[in-house]
Amino acid sequence: MSEPLLQIEGLRVRLASRSGAMLPAVDGVDLTVHAGEVLGVAGESGSGKTMTALATLGLLPHGARTEGSVTLAGRELLGLSEKQLRSVRGREVAMVAQDPRTALHPMLSIERQLTEHLRHHHGIGKRAARDEAADLLDQVRIPDPKAALGRYPHEFSGGMRQRIAIASALAARPSLLIADEPTTALDVTVQAGILRLLDRLRRERGLAVLIITHDLGVLSSIADRLVVMYAGRVVETGTTADVLGSARHPYTHGLLDALPEGGSAAMRPIPGSPPALGAVPTGCPFHPRCASAQDGCATEVPALLQIGPGRRSACPVDPYAPAPQEVLA
Amino acid sequence: MSAPDPLVVPAAPLAGDVDVAVAASRAGEDRAARTLTRSPWKRPLAVIGAVVIVAWVLIAVFAPALAPYDPLAQGSSKLLEPSAEHLFGTDNLGRDVFSRVLYGSRLSIPLALLLVVLATVIGTTLGAVAGYFGRWVDGGIMRLTDLVFAFPGIILAMAVTAALGAGLRNAVLALVIVTWPSYARVVRGLVLSTRESDHISASRLLGSSALRTLAVDVRPTVLGPVLVLSALDVGNAVLLLSGLSFLGLGARPPAPEWGAMVSAGAAVFDSWWVGLFPGLAILTVVLAFNFLGDTLRDALDPRTARALRG
Amino acid sequence: MSFLLTQAVPGDPVTANLGQRASEDPVAVAAFRAANGLDKSLPEQYVTYLGNLLTGDFGTSQQTRNPVAADLAEKVPATMELALAAIVVAIVLGVGFGIVAALYRDRWPDQLLRVLSLSGVSVPTFWLALIAYYWISFKLDLLPAGGRLSPGAPTPPQVTGFYTIDSLLAGDWATFGDAVSRLILPALVLASFTVGVLLRFTRAAVLEVLGEEYVRAARAKGLPELTVVRRHVLRPALLSVVTVTGVAFAGLLSGTVLVEQIFGWRGLGAYAYTSALALDLPAIMGVSVVVAVIYILLNLVVDLLYGVIDPRLRLS
Repeated sequence: MSEPLLQIEGLRVRLASRSGAMLPAVDGVDLTVHAGEVLGVAGESGSGKTMTALATLGLLPHGARTEGSVTLAGRELLGLSEKQLRSVRGREVAMVAQDPRTALHPMLSIERQLTEHLRHHHGIGKRAARDEAADLLDQVRIPDPKAALGRYPHEFSGGMRQRIAIASALAARPSLLIADEPTTALDVTVQAGILRLLDRLRRERGLAVLIITHDLGVLSSIADRLVVMYAGRVVETGTTADVLGSARHPYTHGLLDALPEGGSAAMRPIPGSPPALGAVPTGCPFHPRCASAQDGCATEVPALLQIGPGRRSACPVDPYAPAPQEVLA
Repeated sequence: MSAPDPLVVPAAPLAGDVDVAVAASRAGEDRAARTLTRSPWKRPLAVIGAVVIVAWVLIAVFAPALAPYDPLAQGSSKLLEPSAEHLFGTDNLGRDVFSRVLYGSRLSIPLALLLVVLATVIGTTLGAVAGYFGRWVDGGIMRLTDLVFAFPGIILAMAVTAALGAGLRNAVLALVIVTWPSYARVVRGLVLSTRESDHISASRLLGSSALRTLAVDVRPTVLGPVLVLSALDVGNAVLLLSGLSFLGLGARPPAPEWGAMVSAGAAVFDSWWVGLFPGLAILTVVLAFNFLGDTLRDALDPRTARALRG
Repeated sequence: MSFLLTQAVPGDPVTANLGQRASEDPVAVAAFRAANGLDKSLPEQYVTYLGNLLTGDFGTSQQTRNPVAADLAEKVPATMELALAAIVVAIVLGVGFGIVAALYRDRWPDQLLRVLSLSGVSVPTFWLALIAYYWISFKLDLLPAGGRLSPGAPTPPQVTGFYTIDSLLAGDWATFGDAVSRLILPALVLASFTVGVLLRFTRAAVLEVLGEEYVRAARAKGLPELTVVRRHVLRPALLSVVTVTGVAFAGLLSGTVLVEQIFGWRGLGAYAYTSALALDLPAIMGVSVVVAVIYILLNLVVDLLYGVIDPRLRLS
């Protein structure tokens, strides 16, 4: 495999709480994304997945502190000045946010929203930019692109607005697209279309895509590799087939069991709820909710262990490891 | 981060929902309480405001002891400049301005508070009734507020006081008439929105009478924003009252009311001290109330802000 | 509506206008009542009034003995000139500073502007007018004040009734300078309260927009901050600012009552005051009707602006 486009190592993000204390939102995250690859980041609300994405773009809230390394095509992003970051945003890394209703500006025309950063980053003239924008709208399958340019977001449905948002993200020709819950706010029927669109775009453009979501179903259909996060840490990585087919970490198992269609027993939720920002348990953060927890789990923070080629899990107990005979077979 | 997470299903969903809602609202109140009781050094404006108000209240209470002269006593030394004997000078009738300013606090502050309390009570009651009972009761009360809103405030107040005859009592009355509709509108809106809410319907199903529902269930939602509104309005009330007195429609001479004193100051233009000091008194009182009110508004933002904007 | 309310006001206009002794003379009273249509029934009076309104007849003022319409024609432009000048000042200062305060949230410019805003809202307008007049005009002689024009100066030929515009149109620079310099002080005093209000609201509106998802999306596009503020933040914020400005203008009109007194500005405010004092019913009604019309026009302007700013609100 070639060099990864995006490489995150040891990322730690601490957020300023109301009382002034710094609470860890991301606590030592490693991940890589290659060009033309879709990496899925799975986890519940509060797992730190969105913060990871924001750290990449340098858009963390006021007062946040970061440590570690985030490199894009070999260039370190953490620690760049605002001005330098602005040349990265949109131009090399773009983000599609969750709710298409609020991510598009309600009072600016579609044309304006698609061309402003294209023109800013590439210095293209108005007419050329308009043509490119119309082309983009066509690629995301918006009917009558030329007319659509003159319209406003409220004139489009949710699914179409998400497509427009994707077009906007791609307008300045980035190499990495971060999609934060791209289908969560949409109807199930519309979701598949958006996913197909993302898949096609990455194939056509060699785009690297980072999809963040709690919806494993979405990831199973589009992601090449998965990273599962819990309480700001990575707990399992591997190809999608491996992680979803033979999950090794108890949390991943729990996620799968909670799904209606997959898992051994349908719809069994994980007892308890994810820890709040300042209340992460000692040792393995998952241990209070884990059926396989042992004594050591409450005291020692587990490291991310290699359990196979390209496969890692942060569970020293490893209750789902295949029996030795199975490995040999 | 706030989107419902389908992967984690709470054990008993129905109870969980109510608990979360209550916890959220209580969290909001907790946060407000925490902000208010938090280090006052973080909010210098509130501290200044509180200190000034306390000072004025003390002045109002102890005016007879603090004032060097009788505020109504006319003297022969008319229009004297400020001096050691007369800190703020004397007015056109030889009265000591300093003493009159001190005594003025006994008029302006309590009357402004009275004005706000009356307007709030009347407005809240009528608004709640209108919102709760709806239909023709609502219609009638809303026509009444429209009637008041049809006139610019000052004009209506002037007309009413002129008709009733000048005097502080009538001025307060006129201003109450002019200001209660704003409260009524806000309360009506709040009541209308909570009327549809689930826990009201639940309580009605359980058989609570209208009065009980209003008092027990609706009141908590309404109370907070209304209290904030009134607190914010006290400063304005002082301005309105003194404004009317300035126009000659409020306090009657020889009452040492600040607005009337400024008006007297306008008549003896050259003797700048006659008008300056009473106005300064008004300014400090209103500023203090507004400092406090602003801090209050900040502490309760954004929940109350939404209700107030409504 | 106004008609009914004025009828409801207690106090007999007869007594108020004729004075105590005259109203004891039945002949005079009867004559007064006849002359003013007070002897007809209430509904009849209302109809007559409406009819007169349509023909531009507001009745006759009791105090000035002029037709109310004439009084109004003379005084409305004076007040509008003052009010418009004041609202322009208030918008420039209030909205401008409000944006600054929001962008520098919680840092020292914000704290300073907060005090400024609170001060503006707390100062008694009538007192400020007096102080300003005394110290700036009288003592320091920086700006002239007291009347719209210097005593004895010719009034420019009537086009709009705005002395400033009219003198400009007539090419009379001397009068223009005179009128403008006399407008400054009252306009600033009148604007003080509104600046405070607009500052606070603009700050809140801008802060709210700054938290919106589409602003973060704009930043994520790598656009310069100035562009983000100018294009993405201002427009939605201005929407609520426009609403507040409309309401604030109404408050401004009330303020004219106080300011016109001190500055000798012969406008609607002063007229309203004297009319209310004398219980001059036709005049009061006239003023109310004019104010109502102004409110309606104001609402129209606000609605129009909404459409300009927010495409969602346009009638397609």
